[in-house]
Amino acid sequence: MCATCGCSDAGGVTVTDAAGSAHQHVHGHGHDHGHDHAAHEHADDGHDSRTVTLEQAVLARNDELAERNRRWFADNGVLALNLMSSPGAGKTTLLERTVAELGIELGIGVIEGDQETLLDGERIRATGAPVVQINTGAGCHLDASMLADGLRTLDPATGSMVLVENVGNLVCPALFDLGEDSKVVIASVTEGAEKPLKYPHMFRVAQLVLLNKIDLLPHLDFDVERFLDGARRANPRIEVLEVSATRGDGIDRWYEWLRGRHAQLQ
Amino acid sequence: MHELSITQSVVDTVCERMPDATVRRIRLDIGRLSGVVADSVRFCFDLVAEGTVLDGAVLEIVESPGRARCRACDAEFEVNDLLALCGCGAQELELLAGQELMIKEVEVAA
Ligand SMILES: Nc1nc2c(ncn2[C@@H]2O[C@H](COP(=O)(O)OP(=O)(O)OP(=O)(O)O)[C@@H](O)[C@H]2O)c(=O)[nH]1
Ligand SMILES: [Mg+2]
Ligand SMILES: [Zn+2]
Repeated sequence: MCATCGCSDAGGVTVTDAAGSAHQHVHGHGHDHGHDHAAHEHADDGHDSRTVTLEQAVLARNDELAERNRRWFADNGVLALNLMSSPGAGKTTLLERTVAELGIELGIGVIEGDQETLLDGERIRATGAPVVQINTGAGCHLDASMLADGLRTLDPATGSMVLVENVGNLVCPALFDLGEDSKVVIASVTEGAEKPLKYPHMFRVAQLVLLNKIDLLPHLDFDVERFLDGARRANPRIEVLEVSATRGDGIDRWYEWLRGRHAQLQ
Repeated sequence: MHELSITQSVVDTVCERMPDATVRRIRLDIGRLSGVVADSVRFCFDLVAEGTVLDGAVLEIVESPGRARCRACDAEFEVNDLLALCGCGAQELELLAGQELMIKEVEVAA
């Protein structure tokens, strides 16, 4: 419960550093109790109530914090990417491989978002890369304030790269800007080819799609063309790379894409 | 379910801006292309509002329709689905409206 405004804290958010020791509990949503917005009031004649026009974006607070993150990334020449997918599409596997093969070259640090457990953070830590685990508790997505907390703990160096693994979910994370440079969707061939048509919001906000687990294609009847059509239907400008995070197929094109984004920022 | 955090943001915003009010009615605009399901917001509103200045308030939701302009032929039309195509067959649409997620107004006890 937030003492000032009495609203309930939906959070229970925890940030854990790479050593797995320091637990920092943060308020689920950033509050400052400023009342600096002009409200327009109208007296409703003959009633004991009045109507106050607010005209305020519901996500204004998140968008403001996301902008603050974006400025921080720009000022420090840090490239941040937001990786999103349904549960199990292979985000952590892709990250493990990416930090192992490219982590030192590009100075990659990872922020792991999951509702519970330190498991994915530990998988990244085992590769030796800097990592912070955020547990969202009931939350089904990361928001800009959680990312800001994660960044304070990760403390990325100037010119480095931060890869954020969002909570496994193809719906909610699409709505919450973190201040990242680009959003990357990971879809896997085991999920079926119509994913982009079923979750157009997610594909619409993404710059890149990695179609993962293509090593399994011989065992499935997954129509790659249908997937590509759907992805372009949801977002005509989207770029799609076909990869296997476990076997390494196509992974060099993902690395090229990362190097390209990183170079553009320097 | 992001509607819970959306509803939480609505309640937080009103609590911040009007900490001493008793809100009787609140009006939201949830565009049909916003990715937020109005019914889910209705479903969790009372629970999230409990114990706040919005406790007991009536929730009104306006679901504004989507509008788009075709990038190929410039036609403007109503769309209520992100996968809509233009009559000319083009896919690339510029969304003009329907993504709103706004707190429009509140009615407070005088
Ligand atoms: N065959 C195959 N399996 C893969 C590939 N990538 C990931 N997997 C497997 O898919 C399962 C889930 O992978 P994760 O990397 O944990 O998926 P995730 O997206 O991080 O999952 P959450 O964090 O739970 O949302 C594991 O068993 C992986 O080994 C791939 O390219 N090919
Ligand atoms: Mg994972
Ligand atoms: Zn057209």
